Amino acid sequence: MPAENVPPIKVVDLHKYFGPLEVLKGINFQVNHREVVCVIGPSGSGKSTLLRCINRLEEPTAGKIYIEGEDITDIDADVDKLRTKIGMVFQRFNLFPHLTVLRNLTIAQEKVLGRSKSEAEDVARKMLERVGLSDKVDEFPIRLSGGQQQRVAIARSLCMNPDMMLFDEPTSALDPELVGEVLDVMRNLALEGMTMMVVTHEMGFARQVGDRVVFMDDGVVVEEAPPDELLLNPQEERTRKFLEAVQHY
Amino acid sequence: MKKRTRQKLIRWTLYLVLVAGVAVLGLVADWPTIQRVFFNPQIAADMFPAVFTIAAKNTLIYTFAAFAFGLVLALFLALMKRSSIKPYRWIAITYIELFRGLPALVTIIFIAFAIPIAFPGTSIPGGTLGKGTIGLGIVAAAYMAETIRAGIEAVPRGQMEAARSLGMSHGAALRYIVLPQAFRIIIPPLTNELVLLIKDTSLFFVIGGTITSKELTKFGRDLMSSTFNATPLIVIAVVYLIITLPLTRAVAQLEKRAARAR
Repeated sequence: MPAENVPPIKVVDLHKYFGPLEVLKGINFQVNHREVVCVIGPSGSGKSTLLRCINRLEEPTAGKIYIEGEDITDIDADVDKLRTKIGMVFQRFNLFPHLTVLRNLTIAQEKVLGRSKSEAEDVARKMLERVGLSDKVDEFPIRLSGGQQQRVAIARSLCMNPDMMLFDEPTSALDPELVGEVLDVMRNLALEGMTMMVVTHEMGFARQVGDRVVFMDDGVVVEEAPPDELLLNPQEERTRKFLEAVQHY
Repeated sequence: MKKRTRQKLIRWTLYLVLVAGVAVLGLVADWPTIQRVFFNPQIAADMFPAVFTIAAKNTLIYTFAAFAFGLVLALFLALMKRSSIKPYRWIAITYIELFRGLPALVTIIFIAFAIPIAFPGTSIPGGTLGKGTIGLGIVAAAYMAETIRAGIEAVPRGQMEAARSLGMSHGAALRYIVLPQAFRIIIPPLTNELVLLIKDTSLFFVIGGTITSKELTKFGRDLMSSTFNATPLIVIAVVYLIITLPLTRAVAQLEKRAARAR
């Protein structure tokens, strides 16, 4: 377990270009131990790119990212090992369609952490129970609803015993009636003290579960504050405009 | 004339032309000669069991050897073509374009005869099997490399990302997550390639070899020369179809199933 005073995620002056396009324009940002940070903002604002830089699915162009104090942009950093500490949940679930639910949860435990088959399966069953899907152990992902698939994806990440979890619009690809079950799982995680960074459009979730909300626009952090402050009383014009547009109906 | 009457008339005319054509052929053709030259039961009977125990067996051995060798080579080529290191990509592209652009026969002749000339005293070991497998495998690899690459690219990028985010190395993610899905996608085109290879082993006749190394085509052709009769060719044609037809049917079934799954 990391020391409590070292922030799990610390981003310093992060820049990211896609070709000539500057997507992140100097981000400074931190997530503290056991904190739930929700990142909101219009599409194209760079929030997903920021999230993907944090576990190096995207290469930062410039700047530093520290995970539990360790610089992961360092050329000598063991990125594979760092990634096991960072759970990642994708918008499109990205379950492995050729493997059963159980195998989805055990394969990385065995190949990366070197756990035995029986040990990995014990952990997997425990995590499936945690997301309420114990009865789906032997199903293939295609047979599950979107909400169930996303809960399996969360369980798959939890199997690696991550110190923190990144969520990249985890409910954006779901039918509206399936959003709740995924958010419930996420709220329980937050209540259990998981450090979480959540890119989301679910303002209700941000307000109820988030400790802090970050508003991003055009590659910069415009404003960050506790949810009630930011969502009800935004200081910046851009934040106000975005919230008005989102809450129009 | 009414439209329906006219259509009826056209149909009947077409039938009549067909029947007349067949009848003329039947009357004009020299049936006893055709039967003697193409369907001589004694010559056909003499081909057994060797046509199966030697010729068909060798055809299958050569096919699977070339397929296995080609598949391994193709996997490396496909990965090279996707490499982030440019020279690797260039090598793969050159290889693929070169051997897809050449007749397979030229490559086989090159391996079997040009190498011993170029390097006196050396020869590809393993006789017909060794030379043919390498020659045909080299060609097959060029085609299969493109198939495998397409298969890898058909696996959504999120699969690699999910595997990497769980801490798997690039190699482990390829091996456990991406390639198993890619191969599932390319089973039909790979089976097609296998059928092509079965037929291409007929090119091995140029290599020569011993009595026991003959595949179907050389077996049939040699018998045709010695008996001065075309029956052996008919027999090996039937044997080829016995091998290839089930495979092409299987490919059709696999493709149908893949289309349904989508």
